[in-house]
Amino acid sequence: MKTAVVVFPGSNCEHDVVYALGLLGADAELVWHRETDLSEFDGVVLPGGFAHGDYLRTGAIARFSPVMAEVERMAQASLPVLGICNGFQILCEAGLLPGALVANRDLRFVCRPVHVLVEHTDSLLTRAATPGQVLRIPLNSYEGNFIAPPDVLATVEAAGTVALRYCDAAGVVDESTNPNGSTNSIAGLSNAAGNVAGMMPHPERAIEDILGSSDGTVLLESYVATLEAGVPA
Amino acid sequence: MRFRVNITRKEGLSDPEGVETARALADLGYDEVGEVHFGRIITLELSGHDAATATARITEMCERLLANPVIEDYTIEEIE
Amino acid sequence: MTATVPAHIQLGMTDDEYEAVINLLGREPRPAELAMYSVMWSEHCSYKSSRAWLGRFPTEASWVVVGPGENAGVVDLGDDWLAALRIESHNHPSFVEPYQGAATGVGGILRDVFTMGARPVAVWDPIRFGSLADPHNRYLLAGVVSGIAGYGNAVGVPTLGGEVEFADPYAKNPLVNVMALGLLKRDQLVLSAASGVGNVAVLLGATTGRDGIGGASILASASFDAESGTKRPSVQIGDPFEEKKLIEACLELYEKGLVVGIQDLGAAGISCATSECAANGGMGMDVDLDDVQLREHDMNAGEILMSESQERMLAIVTPQDVDEVLALAEKWEINASTIGTVTEGGTLIVSQDGDVVAEVPAASLSDDAPLYRRPAERPAWLDATWADTAQLPAALDVADAMLRMLDDPALGDRSWIYEQYDHQLFLNTVIEPGNDGSLMRIKGTSKGLAVSTDGNGRLCYLDPHRGGARLVYESALNVAVTGARPYAVVDNLNFGNPEKPEVMWQFLETVEGMSETCEALGVPVIGGNVSFYNETDGVDIYPTPVVGMLGFCDPMPADPPRLDQARDGMVVWVIGPEKPVDFAASAYDRVILDHLGGRPADVDHETGPQVIGAAADLAHGGAPVLHDVGSGGVAVAIAEICIKSGVGVELDNSDWRAWFSESPHRVLAVLPADETPDVGNLPLRRLGTMGGDRIDFGRHGSTSLAAAAQVWHDAIPRRMN
Repeated sequence: MKTAVVVFPGSNCEHDVVYALGLLGADAELVWHRETDLSEFDGVVLPGGFAHGDYLRTGAIARFSPVMAEVERMAQASLPVLGICNGFQILCEAGLLPGALVANRDLRFVCRPVHVLVEHTDSLLTRAATPGQVLRIPLNSYEGNFIAPPDVLATVEAAGTVALRYCDAAGVVDESTNPNGSTNSIAGLSNAAGNVAGMMPHPERAIEDILGSSDGTVLLESYVATLEAGVPA
Repeated sequence: MRFRVNITRKEGLSDPEGVETARALADLGYDEVGEVHFGRIITLELSGHDAATATARITEMCERLLANPVIEDYTIEEIE
Repeated sequence: MTATVPAHIQLGMTDDEYEAVINLLGREPRPAELAMYSVMWSEHCSYKSSRAWLGRFPTEASWVVVGPGENAGVVDLGDDWLAALRIESHNHPSFVEPYQGAATGVGGILRDVFTMGARPVAVWDPIRFGSLADPHNRYLLAGVVSGIAGYGNAVGVPTLGGEVEFADPYAKNPLVNVMALGLLKRDQLVLSAASGVGNVAVLLGATTGRDGIGGASILASASFDAESGTKRPSVQIGDPFEEKKLIEACLELYEKGLVVGIQDLGAAGISCATSECAANGGMGMDVDLDDVQLREHDMNAGEILMSESQERMLAIVTPQDVDEVLALAEKWEINASTIGTVTEGGTLIVSQDGDVVAEVPAASLSDDAPLYRRPAERPAWLDATWADTAQLPAALDVADAMLRMLDDPALGDRSWIYEQYDHQLFLNTVIEPGNDGSLMRIKGTSKGLAVSTDGNGRLCYLDPHRGGARLVYESALNVAVTGARPYAVVDNLNFGNPEKPEVMWQFLETVEGMSETCEALGVPVIGGNVSFYNETDGVDIYPTPVVGMLGFCDPMPADPPRLDQARDGMVVWVIGPEKPVDFAASAYDRVILDHLGGRPADVDHETGPQVIGAAADLAHGGAPVLHDVGSGGVAVAIAEICIKSGVGVELDNSDWRAWFSESPHRVLAVLPADETPDVGNLPLRRLGTMGGDRIDFGRHGSTSLAAAAQVWHDAIPRRMN
């Protein structure tokens, strides 16, 4: 099973994602954004960074890259599609995930470890985790503030597709434990089918204890497990 | 022809830049200011269309790229 | 009207310098030629007031691959790994426009590193401002930090550390220094020399506009006054996305062996890049400005030559490789144009619209720059200042004084600053900001690199010689506590107006103190930057050398010491000489006594290196916590350990001065109770035991850990929010 890791002009976390997936025994390959054939891949990750400089709106230009037609095809085909940070922003702009990411509440970059609470575990991002599990994962973004119009938000909450919410070490979810103002403290979510997911914090940065935390492992393992399981019958 | 596209965040959605700017204005003594909202102005130079076609084309551009219809509204006006 | 002011004066040159150009060319210079000499012979570009003395620094060691003189210094890490290191200042532009000044400072330093063939992997930012009590300084701090974050994060290079100092002389002259580290394999190393007659000069990256016309060159070569607001249009605007594409394009060019030489465009833009590439190769160059892709219409030759538009590189390419280079540029969506040809004979000939607009000996623009040995004179006020020692009380509530010091923005929690910076990209960061030195691994190897940046304006004001020396030792200790051995130094020398003899004296003394110490440590200086004219309305900054120290270890310690690893029951030790007690330039003197005077204690070239060696050994031996004793002395160092570890401490009944003295060559170690640090003959004293929820100084008072933590955490946020 092979994962494509897409590189847009301005992406910068692609090597880290490949490295992290490699540690988990997965086969990951970099793919340039102009590529129009991902048929040899069983899943795709859109990594963090600043695709197209985040100009116009973060992810607004990247969503029209040639490769995105394939990403959409894979999403429709129930293959695993994961967006991390900038990748999450691109998936939202592409309409593959609901809502949008805008400037952090405090109008500053937030670059520090945060805690997230695992809520729903029927997504490619969290199926190897347990509900209620608290993970310590680095956040690193200026536009990490998840917003959505009320009707969209209601649908998201009702559908049970919120995979991760910001919390503190004890798992408490509230305004004081929300690092960037994200509505309902949403840190990551999936589509209804659970095969497309996005999260703002960087699981690939929490993959080895020497770097501060290995809590991201369970999330990337969920992705790899989904990949290995193939498309459900 | 020149057009101006005004893009604004939809009412009711979080606008941290607006909140922060309102606070800054209040700090400077402008307590008559209520809500502040941020938007973006994009000017486009077009050729080869009449005004109606141009507006229709720009509407398409807004729907597809220039604005994010999930969270933004937009208006289009022709300018001198 | 300035109609009667000669062009050369308007461009910042003196009459003598103008005469020198005439003598050199044997005629009056053409306008474009004058423009080129004016920027290349500015202080910022030519180092005319400092160059005569920089040779004092020790620059050699068997592990130095490229010493001072190229764009970055390069050292050997073994197994074909090399590290490139450079530090630069962007002081004046940051006062005029803090966000862009800082952002373009980051951009510039990165280019200096990736022009050597290295991928930039980390950045450090030592920054200095006036007191945060003044809203303008808060504005500058916020702008500079946003600019570093906005550019560094977007371009994809983590910021692993830095430092911040607040003092009144920096209010009108903030200092923004940026240091960058790059990694490369030996076969990727590329220098700037243009060689090979007929080779092609290819300009890569952003289009050329009027940005910074005379910007860095002119801004950094003149002091500010009331009219400085009008310098605003000269500030360059950075585009980190363009730079990111440029980095990837260049790295791919190197990988494919497509460049013979390459130079980044910084201050003095095309003038500098073309002349230096040519001169470094002993060649000349024909340049056609019509081939330069412009962002603005109707730029004259002088403007194109002086433009400091950002994110541009000049690559020297063989004719047969040009097409591939252009295709690669297109893939990465960056502009590329062939603007010149390497020639025999050493002359730089620039044309526009078919006319020759400049014809000068390429080497003359740098080699024949004026060299000034300005007069130096010991300041008349120095003896009185040394006699004005701190008036210390007989007794003191140490806990209370410590709390007041923890509230100081330079001593308190600096996470408000560094949590705006990505410090983890590339997955190599082992010891993150908030500790002493940063420590990074090189994935796939056992090697570790540590870096610290250290300055202290007040200390160097009181004694630049001792100050310079102490900073080198402090920096070395900051890397040693990670397990790394001091390996190479880059220095940023920030000073006031060199036309004042006192300032030149400060400069010379600093260089001497730093050089002696580098010699004592056996650490080569592989590069540096001089920033003069940090002066406003006649007031100079404190002499502010900043040491950028690179440490190296192979292997890295398995479990490096960190400030948050102290646990209940562990014992706190201080290693190193506690005499003489020293309060000159101490944080105690500043925060509690609001005083600056006395003569700082000197360094000890026997003990200093021993303490550094002992610290590195302890790090490899598994010491949970090691902490350099710096600003705020032992009290603040211990408080930091307690706050980060979440454990209180019970300390012995030392004389109160032992807690706040800032004499050099000391490090704290926190070890399990059954271990005594093995430090040979070095002075060693047990200070106390970790535990409880108070920081307890015995008869000198105590405070709850919670109160100390709160004060420390709020120090910057309560002033900035």
